[in-house]
Amino acid sequence: MSHSPDLSIQMLSRTSLLAPVRCMLVSFAERIGFDETASGHIALAVDEALANVIRHGYSGRDDCRVWLHFWELHEPAGLRIVVEDYARQVDPELIRGRDLSDIRPGGLGVHLIRSTMDSVRFEKRREGGMRLTLEKLLGAAPVQSAA
Amino acid sequence: MSKSVSVTIQSEKLPDGVVLAPSGEIDLSRSPSMRAQVAEVMKTAPKRLVIDLSGVPYMDSSGVATLVEALQSTRKCGAKLLLCALTPRVRSILEISRLDTVFTIVADRAAASSD
Repeated sequence: MSHSPDLSIQMLSRTSLLAPVRCMLVSFAERIGFDETASGHIALAVDEALANVIRHGYSGRDDCRVWLHFWELHEPAGLRIVVEDYARQVDPELIRGRDLSDIRPGGLGVHLIRSTMDSVRFEKRREGGMRLTLEKLLGAAPVQSAA
Repeated sequence: MSKSVSVTIQSEKLPDGVVLAPSGEIDLSRSPSMRAQVAEVMKTAPKRLVIDLSGVPYMDSSGVATLVEALQSTRKCGAKLLLCALTPRVRSILEISRLDTVFTIVADRAAASSD
C-alpha cells in the first residue's frame, strides 16, 4: 500500500465488537459519499469477513488480534478496506462462495462479500495469517441479487 | 470463546402456531441465542411459525443461517414458516443470497396469520 491508511483499528476477535465496527464503517462510508444502501453493503461485507476470521481463522477464540485499515480512494473515488490477522492460513484459491442452489444453513459469507464489493482479494501474509483487501467504488453498478 | 449475546424475542400464540418477534441486530454474537429460542419453540410442534422481522434492522449470514434452519425444521415436521415485515437491509441480504424466493415472505403479521 503506497500511503498510510486514513483510519486504522485494532480489535480483539470478539463477536461483541462486530456491531461497533459496523457503525463506524457506515459512518466512514457515508462521509466519503456512499449512500445508505451502499454503506450498508460495505458494512455487511466487512462484518462477514470479520465473522469468518473469528469463527474459522481463530476457531472462536476471543483473545486474538484483527486489524482493519481504511483508505479513501481518489480517481476513481471509493473506499479500500484491508483486514489482517494472524489466523490459520488458507489457500486463497479455496476461498469460494458456495452454490446458492444448495439451500442449507451457513457458507454464505464469502458470497455476500463478493456480491457487495467491487474488488475482493484474499492472500496469505508473509508474517503469518491472512489479508483481505476489499474495494468499493462510488458510482459503481448497484448490487444485484444473485442470478 | 466469544460470548453469545442474548436476543430479546417476543412471542405471541396463534390458533395454529406462534409468532416470534426478535428485536435488534442479528449478527454472529446474537444468532446463537435466536437459534436456541427458535429450537425451543419448535419443540412445541407448531403448525405455523411466523417470524416477524420488523424489529431487526440488520442481519448477517449467521442470522440467515438461523432462518434456514428454522425452515428446515418446519418442513421436517410438516409445519409452515412465514417471514413478515422485513426491513430493507434484511430483505436485501435475502435477495443477494437468492433466498427471497425460498422463504414465504409476507407483508405483516395479519397476512402471515391468514396465509
